[in-house]
Amino acid sequence: MTTQTVTGLKGKHLLGIADLSAEEIGLILETAEAMKEVGARPIKKVPTLRGKTVINLFFEASTRTRTSFEVAEKRLSADTLNIAASTSSVVKGETLVDTALNLEAMAPDMIVMRHASSGACHLLARVCKSRIINAGDGMHEHPTQALLDAFTIREHKGRIGGLKIAIIGDLLHSRVLRSNLLLLGKLGAEVWVAAPPTLMPPDVERFGVHSTTSIDEAVRDADVVMMLRIQLERMQGNFFPSLREYFTVFGMTEERMRRAKPDVIIMHPGPMNRGVEIASEVADGPYSVILNQVANGVAVRMAVLFLLSGASEGDQL
Amino acid sequence: MTYLLKHGRVVDPVNGVDGDFDILVKDGRVARVGRDLPAEGVPVREVPRGSIVCPGLIDMHVHLREPGQEHKETVATGTASAVAGGFTAVACMPNTDPVNDSASVTRLILERAAEAGLARVYPIGAVTRGSRGEQLAELGELHAAGCVAVSDDGKPVVTALLMRRAMEYAGMFGMPVIDHCEDPSLKADGVAHEGFNASRLGLRGIPGAAEEIMVDRDVVIAEVTGGRAHIAHMSTRGSLRAVRAGKARGARVTCEVTPHHFTLTDDALEGYDTNVKMNPPLREAADREALIEGIVDGSVDAIATDHAPHHADEKLVEFDRAPFGIVGLETAVPLTFDRLVHTGRISMARFVELLSVNPARILGVTGGSLTEGQPADITVLAPDLAVTIDIGRLRSKSKNTPFGGWSLRGGVAATIVGGRVVFVNPDVAGAQALAGA
Repeated sequence: MTTQTVTGLKGKHLLGIADLSAEEIGLILETAEAMKEVGARPIKKVPTLRGKTVINLFFEASTRTRTSFEVAEKRLSADTLNIAASTSSVVKGETLVDTALNLEAMAPDMIVMRHASSGACHLLARVCKSRIINAGDGMHEHPTQALLDAFTIREHKGRIGGLKIAIIGDLLHSRVLRSNLLLLGKLGAEVWVAAPPTLMPPDVERFGVHSTTSIDEAVRDADVVMMLRIQLERMQGNFFPSLREYFTVFGMTEERMRRAKPDVIIMHPGPMNRGVEIASEVADGPYSVILNQVANGVAVRMAVLFLLSGASEGDQL
Repeated sequence: MTYLLKHGRVVDPVNGVDGDFDILVKDGRVARVGRDLPAEGVPVREVPRGSIVCPGLIDMHVHLREPGQEHKETVATGTASAVAGGFTAVACMPNTDPVNDSASVTRLILERAAEAGLARVYPIGAVTRGSRGEQLAELGELHAAGCVAVSDDGKPVVTALLMRRAMEYAGMFGMPVIDHCEDPSLKADGVAHEGFNASRLGLRGIPGAAEEIMVDRDVVIAEVTGGRAHIAHMSTRGSLRAVRAGKARGARVTCEVTPHHFTLTDDALEGYDTNVKMNPPLREAADREALIEGIVDGSVDAIATDHAPHHADEKLVEFDRAPFGIVGLETAVPLTFDRLVHTGRISMARFVELLSVNPARILGVTGGSLTEGQPADITVLAPDLAVTIDIGRLRSKSKNTPFGGWSLRGGVAATIVGGRVVFVNPDVAGAQALAGA
């Protein structure tokens, strides 16, 4: 593993991968290694965040990410509470800023937020004193997902620089894509993205990636294939004619996987639509690391919480 | 109201004047313009050293929000903002609540303007009832009540047939149709210019084509009907190309550009400040450069602010939920000086054409020149004034501007409407003398 040149994170918040340097990403991944070890102990708990309050403020439905954060927080002994949009005052017409300031009055240390609007975490960071962790903002970023993806890739490949990584699916609406493009770019991977032109973000090449409408070109000799979810409602927007046709042109099948390197791994941030963007045989195949991603999510989020908590100086895990 | 304005550099392109002249203001009108006019018992008001004296500036695109949205702006606060920004007249868009689609709303606006007694206010009537894009509003009645143009601003005139009828019918009263050019299906739920910045920040894009398609359409309809189309807040190089081509073919089409579109690009989206969210959105550098070229070569007729006040609470929300628009009346002159005049892109004569002569001509209102006999609507400019935009000092009721804290060179010394000095800038040494105190 690489030698770390930084010992903490520069920023107060984690709003996006855009704000992290390659060294900081390395530090988070190194820290996550130690956290993963905590998760393997008989008693999966350390006192690191004892007395810290973390609010998980979720304005969008989420099972995986919210649970993953909550498990991470509990393993670090933080006091956690979950607020879901449906039970919040937002339905009564309260603004995001007022909701946040009211929560803040109860003196939390960190707020983990997911929100449907891009930039919502930036707004929160401007008005709040707490540290903000972005758990997904609109179509913008989902930094902990990219970090756990990187952790998983490194775990299987030993490195990220120089790997050919193909990302395929609804790129336009994907915050996972944006965080991954930034992260993989900073760590020196060769990234290919494939989607129908209707689902390709304008000027995506300026992220420093190769774009194509040919899934086969993207997958050829790839070390890593990352599939992104197709939201079923996109069909209504005429982004493509039918799920059936989508699967025919862009669905990942075993046959298509054969064009990749023999030791390819396949990833998916979930939730999957089997038979739409990915065939079941691929999702459940030997090269699938999809459940490893979920497992690693806890360790990576523990690392982020730990590094942002200010508890990092000389504390024992 | 009789006095002699002495020792200013007078720039009045309509009369071919650019030099040191005195202006005799008598009974609220320009009585004489000449060199070294004798005082002959008339009180003398010395213009501050280095000032430029020009026909009153006219902002042909503002939102005064009254009636109905007085928490954002009123006719009184909007015209206070106008005169502080050097504007002696503004034309206000009809998207109030209720919409200015009837003489009673027009008369209310004019009444409020008279009570405020600051800038002249020229109401713009709605093209269609309620600006719903279905049935023509009573344009004749609106015109008779004082409207100088028609527009459904905030929305486009959606169908080509309606635009054709509107141009033909409004033409009968000499009124242009001012169009907010945007294809609603291409704009969809976009909030920022479609390009790399929107991609990066995960913001839904508004392609330039959404505007260009409508500009093209309006130019063609103007050609077919002989009517007058004015393109509001033009933002893309493709729109400029369409306007240029239309003008070359003899279509009666004019256009305006806002200071924010010639100053900023979509790079400003970084950080999600809702004060850079406007419609049309800030475009890319190539668009901004093309617009400046259009301003320089005369393809662009006017600079207009699209002054769009919004309450701070309305802007302190998620980017995609914030309303579009920024205030512009008090930043237009500093931005135009700093970005266009002091960079050598335009002359002072062109400055006056863009901000006074052409708006007056397009709207068919008085002003735009210092011709003897005209009302004495005069702006005294301080071209070298160091201006720092201080949001706390804005006269507008709303403070939604991305230019807070900007340091710019060039400002306003005083604003004179009908011979009355309605604004004196306390930051300009010697300007107080203009008030005749």
